[in-house]
Amino acid sequence: MLDLHGYGPRLLEGAGVTIQLAVLSLILAIVLGLLTASAKMSRNWLLHKVATLYTTVIRGVPDLVLMMLLFFGGQMGLNVLTDMLYDRYGVDWYVNLNAFAAGVLTIGFIFGAYMGETFRGAFMAVDHGQIEAGKAYGMSPWLVFRRIRFPLMMRHALPGLSNNWMVLLKTTALVSVIGLTDMVRVAAEASRATHEPFTFLLPVAAIYLLIASVSEWLFARLQKRYNVGFGEH
Amino acid sequence: MKKLLTVSILGLAIAAGSAQARDYDHVRFGVDVPYEPMEYRTPEGELTGFDIDLGNALCAEIGITCEWIEQEWDGIIPGLLSRNYDAIMSSMTINDERRETVLFSDPYITPPSAWFAPADSSLDETTKDTLDGKTIGVQRGTLQDNYVTDMYGDVASISRYSTADDMVLDMQAQRLDIVFLDFPVGKSTLLDSESRDYKVVGETITEPKEYFGDGFGIAFRQRDEALAERFNEALATLQEDGTYDEIFERYFGEE
Amino acid sequence: MEWFNALLAGNRIFTPNTIGFYWEGLVTTTQLVFLSLLVGLVLALPLAILRGSKHKWIKLPIYAFTYVFRGTPLLIQLYIIYYGVVFFDGIQETFLWPMLREAFYPALIAFTLNTAAYTTEIFHGAIKSTARGEIEAARAYGMSPGLTMRRIILPSAFRRALPAYGNEVIFMLHASAIASVVTLMDLTGAARFVYARYYAPFEAFLFAAAVYLCLTFAILFFFRYLEKRLLAHLRPQSG
Repeated sequence: MLDLHGYGPRLLEGAGVTIQLAVLSLILAIVLGLLTASAKMSRNWLLHKVATLYTTVIRGVPDLVLMMLLFFGGQMGLNVLTDMLYDRYGVDWYVNLNAFAAGVLTIGFIFGAYMGETFRGAFMAVDHGQIEAGKAYGMSPWLVFRRIRFPLMMRHALPGLSNNWMVLLKTTALVSVIGLTDMVRVAAEASRATHEPFTFLLPVAAIYLLIASVSEWLFARLQKRYNVGFGEH
Repeated sequence: MKKLLTVSILGLAIAAGSAQARDYDHVRFGVDVPYEPMEYRTPEGELTGFDIDLGNALCAEIGITCEWIEQEWDGIIPGLLSRNYDAIMSSMTINDERRETVLFSDPYITPPSAWFAPADSSLDETTKDTLDGKTIGVQRGTLQDNYVTDMYGDVASISRYSTADDMVLDMQAQRLDIVFLDFPVGKSTLLDSESRDYKVVGETITEPKEYFGDGFGIAFRQRDEALAERFNEALATLQEDGTYDEIFERYFGEE
Repeated sequence: MEWFNALLAGNRIFTPNTIGFYWEGLVTTTQLVFLSLLVGLVLALPLAILRGSKHKWIKLPIYAFTYVFRGTPLLIQLYIIYYGVVFFDGIQETFLWPMLREAFYPALIAFTLNTAAYTTEIFHGAIKSTARGEIEAARAYGMSPGLTMRRIILPSAFRRALPAYGNEVIFMLHASAIASVVTLMDLTGAARFVYARYYAPFEAFLFAAAVYLCLTFAILFFFRYLEKRLLAHLRPQSG
């Protein structure tokens, strides 16, 4: 039987951190992605430029480098601001990003760029006639979005979304390098202490595979749901 | 699941608030663990070591409470500046480069640095010639890193590690020919370890001051002069009344 | 050289010394990425063909390999290989050790296996989607299955795989940043060193980010050019 040398509970805790981190980052990334996609399709050239800069730069730089920049640099930037407040105005206020929050913000920010591209492609693929039809029925723009554009867009976005999620899940492993105690960090620490790398790293790899397989199944079901009415034969 | 999510969103919320009054009654120390015997965990998970015991004694002397927050060496000064904790007590050498960023207490111990190699290694001195083509291990961002980089960077290959633990593991795996460490740490992790035999190569090193500074100090944010002063006074008291010697004896006893 | 020193004067971080670190980092990153992509590609080609085999005992192990390597973080694969090789008894006495003791080769092995897994699936997808008509035409000409594969399926699949493979190359470049975790002084390793020495996160990491961005664009343009050349026949013919 697998002997985890007493690291079992911490490993489980680490798995919890990994899952929470991944899910919360995903939510943030989807929100940012929708905003970016709308900005890219808007007629306002400034919004368009900002969104394009965001997606280009983020997708051109390694996740780990961005993570270190935002994680180490972000805190220092905040300090400069709060120190200035204190020195100039005597306002003793500070903002303290904990490692978990910084991880979620960073991963969400990175994957917002990928999601933006996915959503933009999907919105473009929606048949314009359907939107016209909605308008002709006298639907408000919000209702058109909720009832027609969003569900139709999701059908096209799901494969990309599922792919982004799989990459995001694996990216969470990088937070272990910048000091957050996810399951990879616990496993690495335990393998050093016990000199048994396989005992800890292989089970963690298996957990990733398990999460990936479960998500694959979930996305397949979602896809089925959004395909309703499109006769997939 | 819903509850879990609420909790994590709460955790996500940025902790904002007003800092403690200038005169602290609770001090949070940032510390990089493990760095035996200065700071490490017992197998039961309890935090211990020379820094920890001395830090706790200092707080007791001042009459405040304190807690220890773990932080990897890479980010230990930025963490202080971001107020993740109020002071660093983690075998930090006082030197001019760091003085630009933080405020130091008086030195509380002055251990030398030393070279460690496997006992059967042919290395018996550490000149540029003998280390030519060798692989040297150091902890990233330490004064040992700075020294080795400037002195041997052009002849040897240097492996930099995030923690001293990683480095010791690679030393045991025979990936490194020699490592450069704070002497007490090398002694307790290498010389006293059971797995293989190690030796000190050459003399222990404390010069030049430009690199090796003036011993270990507690680091504070520049503006916390009052706090640093209280720790200096407490340190002087403990050194007089024998408490300091007692703690020193506990970790460096045999010599 | 004088203008270079003048440019760096009055700046405490970007000394000729640290620029040297970044340069060596760039060289290491390039070597690591290029070699792993090359070997990965050579491994992936036969694997992709065999992946489409009718025999369960050929198909399944390859599928298992790609599933595991694509489903787990590269960081874990790197840890397993870097720390794992040490624990084979007596490895230090074998002829392999002079290579394995360096961080470069364990990293190269991990990256190669990882990119081989992704590339296998990319080519497998492209081979599978070959138009039936092309294959039937080849059969009608009396081509053997081997010849059909070599002359018809592979060239057309290769072209179809090109855009996805371009993404994989960029992905590998970005993934290689984790090499610094096992002490390799690649571009990211250089940035981490500069950050730890001068406590200057913005300068240290923004500089590295800018270099990665340039490399990414270079790869992007290279693949655009390749696509233009190789996929020319697919573009609508203008009168």
